[in-house]
Amino acid sequence: MAKSNKPIVWSLFAGGGMIAAFVLPAMIFITGLAVPMGLLLENALAYDRMLALVGNPIGKLVLFGVIFLSLWHAAHRLRMTLHDLGIRSGRVAMLACYGVAGLASIAAAVVLLSI
Amino acid sequence: MSEPVLELEVLRYRPETDQDPVFQTYTVPYNSDWVVLDALTHIKDNIDRTLSFRWSCHMAVCGSCGVMINGEPKLSCHTFLRDYYPGKVRVEPLTNFPIERDLVTVADDFMEKLASVKPYVITEEDRPVSAGEHLQSPADLNSFKQYTMCINCMLCYAACPQMGLTPDFVGPAALALAHRYNLDTRDAGREERQEIAASNEGVWDCTFVGACSQVCPKAVDPAAAIQQTKIASTVDWYKALLPWGK
Repeated sequence: MAKSNKPIVWSLFAGGGMIAAFVLPAMIFITGLAVPMGLLLENALAYDRMLALVGNPIGKLVLFGVIFLSLWHAAHRLRMTLHDLGIRSGRVAMLACYGVAGLASIAAAVVLLSI
Repeated sequence: MSEPVLELEVLRYRPETDQDPVFQTYTVPYNSDWVVLDALTHIKDNIDRTLSFRWSCHMAVCGSCGVMINGEPKLSCHTFLRDYYPGKVRVEPLTNFPIERDLVTVADDFMEKLASVKPYVITEEDRPVSAGEHLQSPADLNSFKQYTMCINCMLCYAACPQMGLTPDFVGPAALALAHRYNLDTRDAGREERQEIAASNEGVWDCTFVGACSQVCPKAVDPAAAIQQTKIASTVDWYKALLPWGK
């Protein structure tokens, strides 16, 4: 049997899983809870600060990584779940799942690069 | 007062007379110390000698008596009637396997898959007995010990939704055993096993549902073994891209 090339898809999925499990909850906590509840500085998410974060090349890279890997993770998980549910029309499910993740990632890249 | 009884619905398939499998209901005495296998043995001894089922040790060691009990894969020697009484107990052959007769399934495909991953220690050179013991530390043993508990009962194959969807999938027990020998410090056979384990039909058909680990009567965690093999195979794949990778 030939060795599989699935590691490409799966390593992005696994990386996205780590991000979705560890980074996203922290981001939700900061943006959705900590700042509104006054646990952090009031101006922690102020416009000029955020602009500086997104304007920095490393900031862009990190944000793109978080968005792309999380989307890829969700797309792959959804496709596998569809497979488990017996929806096996491979190409349609593949295009729908990875397509949405791909388009959203491209949109994120365009927005990040335009800042 | 009449003696308590329990109804057992057993899937029958006698290839010489039955077109399709049919359920047959048996009424057996209820005994809180009985397991499902005791009830099946009672039927065979006292009610219907034509009922076929596999069993051997009656103590969850041999792995012969796996059946579906009320839809869940279980060892019939390890499943007490008292957990179902006064409800009915429905006994069927293991899902995802062809039925040979009544509760007896055809295990040939599983046996081939098991053999394909070479589940034995492969050494680089033949080691004469005169070389003495091959020493291993308790930590070395601990790294793979849980996987040695597998009794090849095939409950994980009946539980795995991928086995039903993708019959070529090598499956949980075989992949867990491949991992067990890969982790063994005496072993040098990982590359040979990766031929099967790292193929599409190997670990990559697994979608990590985790049902295999839930139904294992010996507390083996095949799902973890498969995920660890995925990580190791992914590292191999990227390493092979490097100029100094093989």
